[in-house]
Amino acid sequence: MKALIQWVDARFPIGNFVREHATEYYAPKNFNFWYFFGSLALLILVLQIVTGILLAMNYKPDAELAFASVEYIMRDVWGGWFVRYMHSTGASMFFVVIYLHMFRALLYGSYRNPRELIWIIGMVIYMAMMVTAFLGYLLPWGQMSYWGAQVIVNLFETLPIIGGPLSEWIRGDYVISDITLNRFYALHYLVPFILAGLVFLHLAALHEKGSNNPDGIEIKKGPKGNRWSRKAPRDSVPFHPYYTVKDLFITVVFMAVFLAIVFFIPEMFGFFIEQPNFEPANPLKTPEHIAPVWYFTPYYAILRAIPSFAGTQVWGVLAMFVSIALFFVLPWLDRSPVRSIRYKGPTTRLALGLFVVTFLVLGWLGIQAPTTSLTIMSQFFTLLYMLFFLLFPCFSSAGQPLPLFAKGMLAISIFSVVATIVYWWFLWSGGPNFMHKISYTVLSILVLFVLGIKPLVKPELPKPLPERLTK
Amino acid sequence: MTGEDVEMTQENVNAKRRLLTIATTGFGLAGAAGLAVPFAGSLLPSERAKAAGAPVEVDISKLEPGQQVTVEWRGKPVWIIQRTPEALELLPDMVDRLIDPDSNSDQQPEYAQNPTRSIREDILVLVGICTHLGCSPQYHPEIGSVTFDDDWRGGFLCVCHGSKFDLAGRVYAGVPAPTNLEVPPHRYLDDNRILIGSDQEAA
Amino acid sequence: MKYRFFLLIAAFLVPASVPAAGGSDIKLDHYEYSFRNKTSLQNGARLFVNYCLSCHSAHFMRYNRMAEDLGISEQVVRENMIFDDRKIADPMTVTLKREDGEAWFGIAPPDLTLIGKLRDPDWLYTFLRSFYKDDSTVSGWNNSVFPNVAMPHVLWTRQGIQKPIYTTSVDDVGRETTKISGFELVREGTLTREEFDHAMEDLTNFLYYMAEPKREDRIRWGVWTMFFLFFFATLAWFLKREYWRDVD
Repeated sequence: MKALIQWVDARFPIGNFVREHATEYYAPKNFNFWYFFGSLALLILVLQIVTGILLAMNYKPDAELAFASVEYIMRDVWGGWFVRYMHSTGASMFFVVIYLHMFRALLYGSYRNPRELIWIIGMVIYMAMMVTAFLGYLLPWGQMSYWGAQVIVNLFETLPIIGGPLSEWIRGDYVISDITLNRFYALHYLVPFILAGLVFLHLAALHEKGSNNPDGIEIKKGPKGNRWSRKAPRDSVPFHPYYTVKDLFITVVFMAVFLAIVFFIPEMFGFFIEQPNFEPANPLKTPEHIAPVWYFTPYYAILRAIPSFAGTQVWGVLAMFVSIALFFVLPWLDRSPVRSIRYKGPTTRLALGLFVVTFLVLGWLGIQAPTTSLTIMSQFFTLLYMLFFLLFPCFSSAGQPLPLFAKGMLAISIFSVVATIVYWWFLWSGGPNFMHKISYTVLSILVLFVLGIKPLVKPELPKPLPERLTK
Repeated sequence: MTGEDVEMTQENVNAKRRLLTIATTGFGLAGAAGLAVPFAGSLLPSERAKAAGAPVEVDISKLEPGQQVTVEWRGKPVWIIQRTPEALELLPDMVDRLIDPDSNSDQQPEYAQNPTRSIREDILVLVGICTHLGCSPQYHPEIGSVTFDDDWRGGFLCVCHGSKFDLAGRVYAGVPAPTNLEVPPHRYLDDNRILIGSDQEAA
Repeated sequence: MKYRFFLLIAAFLVPASVPAAGGSDIKLDHYEYSFRNKTSLQNGARLFVNYCLSCHSAHFMRYNRMAEDLGISEQVVRENMIFDDRKIADPMTVTLKREDGEAWFGIAPPDLTLIGKLRDPDWLYTFLRSFYKDDSTVSGWNNSVFPNVAMPHVLWTRQGIQKPIYTTSVDDVGRETTKISGFELVREGTLTREEFDHAMEDLTNFLYYMAEPKREDRIRWGVWTMFFLFFFATLAWFLKREYWRDVD
C-alpha cells in the first residue's frame, strides 16, 4: 500500500495536494455557524448531480411522455421516489444553503479586498444555479412547469427590438413546446457540470488567499506559530482534522433535516413541489394562480413592482436584472475600514437587517396574487432593495470623503425616492389609498435619510479592531 | 478521510480518539451504503419491465404443420412450431451429431425434458435466442443438402457465428453454442391456447 | 444582535402557504387520511373501480400494486375488479375514448391517479358529497365546491337527491351575498346519510392513497433514517469535541 502511494506520488503530487488543501491548510480557528454552508453546498451539488444522472436514466424529454415518465419514476422504478424527492428537495435546499452562505459574506465582509474574485465567481455560480433550476423546473411538464417557463421566457419578449426573436430563439417555437422541453433537458444536464467547474475555481481562489473569519481581520498578518506548525498563523488550525470533523458533524445534522423533508414533507406544503404540477401541462388552460418557486420570488416581486412606462414593460425586467447585478459590484460599494459586522457601526447593522427583511418580504410578495395594497408594498420594498446597494458607500464611509461614483449613487437614490413618491401621489390613477401612500412616503424618506444622509452628516466610526481573533 | 486521522495526528493519538474515529467512520460508511442502495436499486428492472414479463397467451388453432410463429415474451422472441410427422421421425437419428441429445443441461422445464423437448409431441416452443451470444437463429425446415450443411435434417442456423440446432432446439456438436436452445415455461390452457411464461402445474 | 431581531419579525410576516383549491369559497369538511385502515381502503378501491373507472382512468396505477398495498389477493382483483381482459400488472386505463368523453360531457374526464395530490383530501371529500339537482346545467347536476362541474352525480341512487339551502348575508359595505350553506335531502337514496358519508370517506381515502402509493414506505424509512442519523450525529459531535480539545 505504501509503495503504491509512493509510486503515484512520484508521478502525481497527491501528497502535496492533500497537505496544501487539508492537513496543512490553515484556517482561522473561530469559524461559527455561518461558516458551514460552503461545504454543505458542495455536498448538495454532488447529490444533485448523482440523483440527476439516475433520474435521466428513466426520464423522457418528450412532451407526450415527460409527465408520465416522472410518475413512472415515482411508482414503478425501485427506489425511484427517493431519488426524485432527493432531487426536488435538493434543488430547494441548495438555494437555502446558498442564501445563507451569501448572507455570511455580507455579515463578515468576505467579499472585501483581496477576496473580490471569490465573491464574483460565487455570484456567477449563483446565476448558473438559477439557470439550472429554471431549466429543470420545466422537465416534470406539469401545469406549473409549463406556465412558469412560459412567463419567464416571455420576460425576454419585453426587450426592445431583439425581444421577440430572442424569446423565439430560446423556445425554438412560438410557445413552450416539445422542442423547448427537449433543449431545456439537454441544457439542464450540461450546466451543472459548468457549475462544478466554477466551484473548483471558487475554491482555488479561496485557498489562494485563505478564508476570512467572523472578526474580519487577516490571521496571516498576526503572530506566527502554533502547536502544529512554526510558520502557520497562531490563530489558525489545520483544516484536517479540525474542520473535517466539525463539518462532518454539521453534515450529519444537515442530512437529518434534508432527509426529514424528503421522507416526511417532500412537497413542503407546495413550496418545493407545487400543487398544480400534479396535472400534466395543458397549453390551453392556465392554473388559477401561478408563481415561481420560492427561491425566485424576490426577483419576481421586483419584476412585478415596476409599472410599464413609455409603452413598454421592459423596466421591470431591467430592474430584476439590475437587482441581481448589484451584488457583483458589492466589493467596491463597501467602503468601511473594517470588514466584519461585529465592528461596523449600528447604521450598517440596521441596513443589513433591513435588507434581510426586504429580501424575505419580497419573497413573500412574489407568491401572492397582486392587489393594489400589495403592489405599493412591493414598490416600497423594491426601492428599499435598491437603496441598500446605492447607499452602501454612504453608510459605510465612516467619515471618509465620498468618491465621485458614490456621490452619483446618492444622487440616483434621491432621484429614485422622489420619482417613486411622485408616482404614488400623482401618476398612479386608481392607486392605493391615502394611508398607504402617506406611510410608505414617510418610510421611504426616513430610510433615505437614515442610511444616506445621516452617516455623511454625523459619521459613524467603527469599533476598534482586536489584535487577535476573538471567540 | 477520517480513517487516516489515526496516522496523521500521531501526537494526539489516544484510545478514546481512535475509538470515536473508528465508530464514526463505521457510521459514515453505513450511511453512505444506505444512500447507495436506493441509488443503485433504481437501476433494477422496474414494475413496468416486470409487467412486460407477464405471461403471453398464444392461439395455435391456425398453426399448420411446418409453420413457425414468433411471439414476444419478456422482450425476447418465442417460437411456436408445429413439426411435421417426417421431421419428428428424424429426431432420434440426430443423436450422434449432438452435444446433449437427452437434454441433461438445465435448458428446459422438467415437463419438456423428453425426446421431443415439448409437452405436445408435435408443438415445439422455444426461446429464439442462440445460447452462444444472443443472436436470434433462423428457421430452416428444409431437409437435404443446404449451403451450410450437406446433410441437413431441418432445424435452426444462427447466422452470427454458424451455430446449428435440430428441430428440437438441440445444439450440434462442433459449433460455438454450448447448450441447447431454451424451452420457456409454458402450459396449455386448452387444445388451441398456450400460455407462455407460466409453468404447467405438476400433473 | 439587531439582524436576528429583524429575522424574527420577518418570520412573523410570512404566513403559511395558501394553496388555491376549487374556485369556490365553500367551507370544506375535514377528513382524516388513514392508511392503516385497510378495510376502508379496500372499500374505497371497490367503489373506485365500480363507479369512477368507467369514465376516469388511473393511468399510473397498476392493479397488482393496489392488490399488494391494500391486502387484496390477486385472485379477488382478477375476478371482481377487472372487467375485461386486462392483466393484473396492467395500469387502470379506461375504455372510454377521449373524443367520446368530450362529446358526452363537454370535457374528457381527467385521469384520477394524482387527484389526491392535485386537490386536498378535504376538498375531495366535500366535493363527492356536494352534488345537487340543478336543471340549468347540461348534466342536470351541479356541485357547490366545483360550480358547473361537467360530471353528473354518479352515486345519486346511493345518496339520494339533494337540494341546496341558501343563506343570504350582508357584509360591512352592505353588499348582499347568497351562498349555499347546506343541503336537504329531497329523495332518499339506498344509503343513509351516515353510510354515504362513510363510503365517501373510504373513496377519498383510496384516492389519497393512489396519488402516492409509496407514502407509507417513505414515512417508515424516514423514521429509521432519523434514528440512524441521531446516533451518527451524537457520535460525530463527540468526535468533534474530542479533537477540538487541542484548540484553545
